[in-house]
Amino acid sequence: MKLFGYTLPGMSSLILWGLLWEIVGRLDVTFFVPPLSEVVSTLISVIGTPAFLKALYETAYAFFAGVFFAVFIGIPTGILMGKSRLLDELLLPWVNMFLSAPLTALVPVLMVLFGFGMKAIIITTTLFAIWIIILNSRAGVLQINRSLVEMARSFGASPLDAFFKIYFWAALPEILGGVRIGVIRAVKGVIIGQLLISIVGFGALFELYANNFLMSHFWAVLIVLFALAFTISESLSYLERRVSYYAAKR
Amino acid sequence: MSQISDRPDSASKPVPENAVAARNVSKNYGDVEALRDLSLDFPRGQLTSLLGPSGCGKTTLLKIIAGLLEPSSGEILVNGELVDGPGPDRAFVFQDFALLPWASVIRNVAFGLELRGVAKSEREAIAERYIKDVGLAGFENSFPHELSGGMRQRVGLARALSVDAQVLLMDEPFSAVDEQTRRKFQEDLLNLVANENKTFIFVTHSIEEAVYVSDQIAILLPRPSRVSEIIRPSGIRGKGADSIRRDPEYLDIVDRIWASLRSYVE
Repeated sequence: MKLFGYTLPGMSSLILWGLLWEIVGRLDVTFFVPPLSEVVSTLISVIGTPAFLKALYETAYAFFAGVFFAVFIGIPTGILMGKSRLLDELLLPWVNMFLSAPLTALVPVLMVLFGFGMKAIIITTTLFAIWIIILNSRAGVLQINRSLVEMARSFGASPLDAFFKIYFWAALPEILGGVRIGVIRAVKGVIIGQLLISIVGFGALFELYANNFLMSHFWAVLIVLFALAFTISESLSYLERRVSYYAAKR
Repeated sequence: MSQISDRPDSASKPVPENAVAARNVSKNYGDVEALRDLSLDFPRGQLTSLLGPSGCGKTTLLKIIAGLLEPSSGEILVNGELVDGPGPDRAFVFQDFALLPWASVIRNVAFGLELRGVAKSEREAIAERYIKDVGLAGFENSFPHELSGGMRQRVGLARALSVDAQVLLMDEPFSAVDEQTRRKFQEDLLNLVANENKTFIFVTHSIEEAVYVSDQIAILLPRPSRVSEIIRPSGIRGKGADSIRRDPEYLDIVDRIWASLRSYVE
């Protein structure tokens, strides 16, 4: 965007919103919104405390484990669904159902099945992320140029070769798109899991700060979480742009 | 690489042995008869065109020969051996090039060898040679989207040549490139047929192209598809690439084919 002839760097609008936040905070409209400057100074003091680092570690562990399973189960499942009509007919209704289902309502069931620990949180995270990854991988495979597949066959590709050298790469732009959205949903999943299943990690911090009306602490942790999710999502969309040059030309 | 080309040259022109033979091939898609009882011989070392109006099953026949489609009945013999799937004796050149968009030119050209398990250094050496042969030296590390349509098809051709199959199957290979590039390709193809001692099976819908490049033209007529006529433009074959289009025989054959096809073109 340009303003008075100057090209503004990306996300300059955040400055404006930050200013607005600061003003609203200083006007003492509600105790829910402390001034941004106070939130930032709290943030600096909180980061580095053992409680925060422990929460960060617990959340990161559940998050990455959940995303790991979602990616390594989701991508092959999606590709196989795109390749096999039978598998597609069998699984697609379920995938679509879970994609739009209110998964939070399922969390109590998961607690009964998998207990109140890390395992249930990781499974919750996976369940939040996996469906869109499956669906996108499937969509990526379905739009593959048929002649690429015929080419591989005509040069004697084994099914395994075709999977790793054709299907995966040809569907990669869609797969990465799915992983990016899945990761964003996983952030939601991990926090919901930590709030509902066992009070650990950032979920525990939210609970603690909200119950004690420590609003600037609350916002500080929220900002950290937003920043982490945003960074991961942006680095994935960078990868996505790296491969998008061939997305239109398969 | 050389295990095939040391085949004696004597069996080529005068009494051609057939490299590929289609025997009573039929293909049905449900109730639709795409090919009915089609038999056709493809002489070794020569270029045979499959020519016909759209929907006459010429690409279907080519894919059956490639082993990509199974015939409903009948059989394909390559060097006397029954075809039951794709094999290293045949290589395919695709109408839409079918290049890997995420791979460089050299990896694309070497891809057939890669699938056959040839070591990286060896296959890249072979690929480099064929990249040079098709006139793309210097583009080894370019990507398909950086090349023009004509250059992309040269990559497709180099890939088919690098696996050193005896039979080259070409599915309307020049239809997606512009007119001038196509003419250059046709001239290059004549040289290729003369120098490579391979059998070419060439699908086209262009009458002029078929007459220009072919040793033998099989005219396929549709619904259901069968071979209606085989034409051998032998008189113009020995002449230089430049004079073929001015040759009276060339023009006569083009006219004759058009006369027999025109009633099938909607």
